[in-house]
Amino acid sequence: MSLPGAKRWLLLGIALAAVASHFAHSPELGLNRYYLGVAVDVGIAIILAVSLNLINGHTGQFSLGHAGFMAVGGYTAAKISLLISPAGEAAWGFPLALLGGGLLAALAGLLVGIPSLRLRGDYLAIVTLGFGEIIRVAVQNMESVGAASGLKGIPKYTTLGWTFGLAAITIYVITALVNSTYGRGFIAVHDDEVAAESMGIPTTRYKVTAFVTGAFFAGIAGGLYAHHKQFLSPTGFDFLKSIDIVVMVILGGMGRTAGVAAAAVILTLLPESLRAFSEYRMIIYSLLIILLMMLRPQGLFTFQRKQGGAS
Amino acid sequence: MDWLLQQLINGLGLGSIYALIALGYTMVYGVLRFINFAHSDILMLGAFAALYLEPHVSRMLGGPQSILGAILIAAVAAGLCALLGILIEFLAYRPLRQRPRLAVLITAIGVSLLIEFTAQHEKVFSAKTQFFPRLLPEHSFQLGQVYFSSTDLLVPAVTAAMLAAMWFIVQKTRTGTAMRAVSFNQQAASLMGVNVNRIISFTFGLGSALAAIAGILYAMKAPGIEPLMGVQPGLRAFIAAVLGGIGNLPGAVVGGLVLGILETFLGGIPWLSSYRDGIAFAILILILLFKPAGLLGKATVEKV
Amino acid sequence: MLVRFLSRAALPLSASFALLLVGCSGGGSDTIKVGEFASLTGKEATFGNSSHEGTLLAFEEINAAGGLLGKKLELITEDNQTKPGETANAVNKLIAKDGVVALLGEVASGRSLEAAPICQQSKIPMISPASTNPQVTQTGDYIFRVCFIDPFQGTVMANFATNTLKARKVAIFTDVKSDYSKGLAKYFKERFAANQGTIVAELDFNGGDKDFKGQLTAIKAAAPDGVFVPGYYTDVALICIQAKQLGLNVPLFGGDGWESQTLLEIGKEAVEGHYFSTHYAADAASDKVTAFVAAYKKRFNGKVPDAMAALGYDSAFFLADGIKRAATAEPAKIRDALAATTAFDAVTGQIAMNPQRDAVKSAVILQVKNGAFKFVETVNP
Repeated sequence: MSLPGAKRWLLLGIALAAVASHFAHSPELGLNRYYLGVAVDVGIAIILAVSLNLINGHTGQFSLGHAGFMAVGGYTAAKISLLISPAGEAAWGFPLALLGGGLLAALAGLLVGIPSLRLRGDYLAIVTLGFGEIIRVAVQNMESVGAASGLKGIPKYTTLGWTFGLAAITIYVITALVNSTYGRGFIAVHDDEVAAESMGIPTTRYKVTAFVTGAFFAGIAGGLYAHHKQFLSPTGFDFLKSIDIVVMVILGGMGRTAGVAAAAVILTLLPESLRAFSEYRMIIYSLLIILLMMLRPQGLFTFQRKQGGAS
Repeated sequence: MDWLLQQLINGLGLGSIYALIALGYTMVYGVLRFINFAHSDILMLGAFAALYLEPHVSRMLGGPQSILGAILIAAVAAGLCALLGILIEFLAYRPLRQRPRLAVLITAIGVSLLIEFTAQHEKVFSAKTQFFPRLLPEHSFQLGQVYFSSTDLLVPAVTAAMLAAMWFIVQKTRTGTAMRAVSFNQQAASLMGVNVNRIISFTFGLGSALAAIAGILYAMKAPGIEPLMGVQPGLRAFIAAVLGGIGNLPGAVVGGLVLGILETFLGGIPWLSSYRDGIAFAILILILLFKPAGLLGKATVEKV
Repeated sequence: MLVRFLSRAALPLSASFALLLVGCSGGGSDTIKVGEFASLTGKEATFGNSSHEGTLLAFEEINAAGGLLGKKLELITEDNQTKPGETANAVNKLIAKDGVVALLGEVASGRSLEAAPICQQSKIPMISPASTNPQVTQTGDYIFRVCFIDPFQGTVMANFATNTLKARKVAIFTDVKSDYSKGLAKYFKERFAANQGTIVAELDFNGGDKDFKGQLTAIKAAAPDGVFVPGYYTDVALICIQAKQLGLNVPLFGGDGWESQTLLEIGKEAVEGHYFSTHYAADAASDKVTAFVAAYKKRFNGKVPDAMAALGYDSAFFLADGIKRAATAEPAKIRDALAATTAFDAVTGQIAMNPQRDAVKSAVILQVKNGAFKFVETVNP
């Protein structure tokens, strides 16, 4: 269940990615823009949910600032791409841009992780929420990234292949991290922080690591998002966006990577598939969230598992 | 000097609203240990209830803007919202009581979205901003260059009265004793003969009534109401409740006032006003770093 | 593990996919399909609904008159919940799944900017009813608008402040979240400075705020001759009320975002005497305006149309005019016809498309007097 499982995920992801890229690059094969776009949304949601799951699920912290990390990554990556080639003719720079976005987001994660030394539960939640909002306000006032007007003209580099490839890598890295000997510490912090501390586990370092790693992948997701939608606006990264991701993590069953990824898929597809209900669409969507949570309070795809394990 | 006094009055008016909403958050948190996301939507429903009640009450009393009428409208709206709060708890939160509290958080978000999107539907309130009728005659006062209105006085007065009432209920009545018992340990409380379900329903009712009153006062201050009017003050009040020390009644009021005054002063500084929310949050984070359990919260040492 | 997971997850996942694919068949050719994306729910739903109602009315009128090219027009509307990121999906769906020949939307420039690259890449003409940010149409030659742009309106108001109000010292109060507000403020500032005026204070609010007293107190302390408030009526009405409460008794003035009966309903006596620029004056109007206002009132229970509704209506007729002149429903031909518009008679004035595909038309300045909008002057481009 530990590493082999993770490897299987990676292989599956890469296979999917390869197939997907093939489709993405041959539009005449019948897959249209809309479905491709939604599929990329799904992949980005998986990265966001799985990375938040490391912080909120495996490590048991409560972050409400994931959209902030996503914003840092998205804006940084977009800016790098635009600097390399304003006309969008340097797809080779894309991995560089994504990495830059991820790294800066990780730095933000480090900043946010530090208060977690002193704060617990709802107090930590408020601080992460506050950081997310600070990032949004900062972006809103930054003329170099378009301020309130938003950043436009971002080249369209994101493809299905990139998205699902990176989703697979995210799942692999986080699963492998949590299931490694080192990673048992995350779960120890989650299960009982005091006990973990007294066993000599450096809880602080684990918490900060969780924030940094989670933020890094959120930043990557932000970069993919930026080069997918080709336009960023600061209001897109408010706290409601963070709440969306939190819902995926909890509905997926906190700490169950597979379940969280599946919840990300379902919660992204659901609003799209409800479009036929036009003005009743979001009413039905919110009812479904309530119902799903009532029917599967332990998480949508949670199976019996032994205490402290992670799938 | 005038400027300072004016800003204090402004901040007090805004902060009192936050404080009143935060009181409701903190009451519910006290017994159930979770943030009721739908609280801000109950606030909106309170304001809309008053909007629809106003013509009827005015007709009944033979004229608008009477003190009796305002009290009647607020009481009926608060009563309706209390019932709704109890119903929401019964339908959406109670079935998950034995589950991790994060599961309840999600149903709370679901309920919040449900109320918001239903309210925005064309056949309900629609998404448009609507005029909120004046419930009381408004008087303005002027002291030198300082201007304030009767609403500016009313809002802090109501908040103070509500804090006193809540404190009395929690500290001096049998129900309040039971609430504290439930908050301390649900199982032990039920073993001691406390009807936990009844106490939780009561708390939700009380919290929702507070939200309705806050919604009406908010609408009196800014007479344009729409289905998402609760979101922004709701978030602020949530922060205020945590800042004051969540579960602590005076803490909620202090947190609300601090936040309201901070926001007003920051908003009034040119070239900083566009960073207002960011700076307000930065200050909050700093406060929490030095007082990790909030301004009035007691730091609890985790026992092994 | 994986197998177990997949077997459990298969049902809900495949159900979601299946739902997504429902109705994915191509439409018949008996109608001309036009897409519309609007903020029908969410924070800015008030404006989205207005423009949507205008558009809807236009489509009903066109179809009642027999449609176009012998076919009926079919309007397919998608809501983006005022949420960034949602517009892209809505627009992709309208183009790729529904196969629309043209798109109408959006009020807010931010969401139009999200849609524009998709329309451009798909070569589907897009007409924005009310996005005033110059960048919107710069995306490419398939993007049009029927409203004026920020530089024009900002300049108009700066000249008005200098020449008509005789204001030398002006304070600016903008919505930091709105590029419309920021855009108008920017061009206002440029021109007002060129007119030898001084900006004595610049403050910001967040659209949707209900308490503006902190900022207004600071504005009052700066003792301006007037306050430029480029915002939307929902915020502006409350700003006027609170300015009055604080004893800030100088004229407030803004742009077309002010125009709505809601401003009068909420602001009451507090908006009296204030000014704004907009597209047409109902009290000095052409027959076209009178007919539109009457039809709108009849269709929507006596509601008086605001500027967004008029622009939504115009965007639809502007498109219809293009389709008629193209004599085909081919997107590329429609684009060419739209770009060649020289004198389209709209409710909001006569529109000519300039090479940047922005509408060139005159503005009017109105004042609130005795609870109604009164014509003050016309400003030509």
